[in-house]
Amino acid sequence: MEALIPLQWIFDALLGLGLLWLGWQALASTDLFRSIVLFISFGLLMALAWARLDAPDVALAEAAVGAGLTGALLLTALARLKDTSIAAPGIDAGHPPIDYAPDDDESTRIKRGDD
Amino acid sequence: MERNRWLLPLLLTPAMGLGYSVLSLPEHAQGLQHLVADKMEVSGVSNPVTAVLLNFRGYDTLLEMFVLLLALLGVWSLGGLSLRREAASDLVLDTMVRFLVPVLILAAAYLLWVGAHAPGGAFQAGAVLGAAGVLSLLSGWRCHLGLAPLPLRLALAAGPVAFLAMSGCTLLIAGRLLQYPPAQAGILILILETAATVSIGVTLTALFLDKQHPGNKDQT
Repeated sequence: MEALIPLQWIFDALLGLGLLWLGWQALASTDLFRSIVLFISFGLLMALAWARLDAPDVALAEAAVGAGLTGALLLTALARLKDTSIAAPGIDAGHPPIDYAPDDDESTRIKRGDD
Repeated sequence: MERNRWLLPLLLTPAMGLGYSVLSLPEHAQGLQHLVADKMEVSGVSNPVTAVLLNFRGYDTLLEMFVLLLALLGVWSLGGLSLRREAASDLVLDTMVRFLVPVLILAAAYLLWVGAHAPGGAFQAGAVLGAAGVLSLLSGWRCHLGLAPLPLRLALAAGPVAFLAMSGCTLLIAGRLLQYPPAQAGILILILETAATVSIGVTLTALFLDKQHPGNKDQT
């Protein structure tokens, strides 16, 4: 086990740095889909970190709820955002800001009731 | 990159606060570890995490069940927003879901059972159960035909109601909220956890139901 300790240090350091990097990327990305995928990866690495901290209960909960279900919820929310087109220009993942034209948008027109 | 200018100071401030608090922690914290270890034999389970969540601090878990239910009600109150298309059927997805869902249900049951003496328990089992439900929903399964409103609501309420009933009983018999008699604590915790698992799983799945959810009869 003695020989493994430097390896564990390297692994923990990489894990910590990876978490920070993923967290930053998830927050700073302008592409919502990319942010969500990064968030899910963050959750999985976080579960690994909890496991390294000898907290398997928290690791299980983090992997299942933090990464899995929250990720799926965010992806569903993103899909519905695209459906309803209420996302602000530049935030919507699928379309660049130039494509955003509220007056031509079918769902917006229905919403206003002037169809 | 307009947003990024504010992001860095906004993140650095709490990070510095966190760093300061971690560095100023006492070297050898006493904690509640020994207290929990001393009382393990009267808790009815041998996993300290389950003992704390369901026995020593059962009150917290009781409140968490209601928080989950409230979250679901909040999501459902936004129900009118969705303009969801029917999911296209996909052979690979269908086959995978058919294989995965029974395995997930089995894994949830295992996690629930093993929670008494190893890592696991109601929340993990409920989350796995919820994952099975979400997978089915995403692959096009719809429950508004088979699952009438009443069974769905009963499943949603099972956990909170079980906790409330248990609180009432223990309050009447032992005089303290969620204080189980040590001889029956194991089985009582298992009953509570089973009800909680079902509720958590169904609640997490129900978050993904679109507006055809059985609450609105006129829209189904």
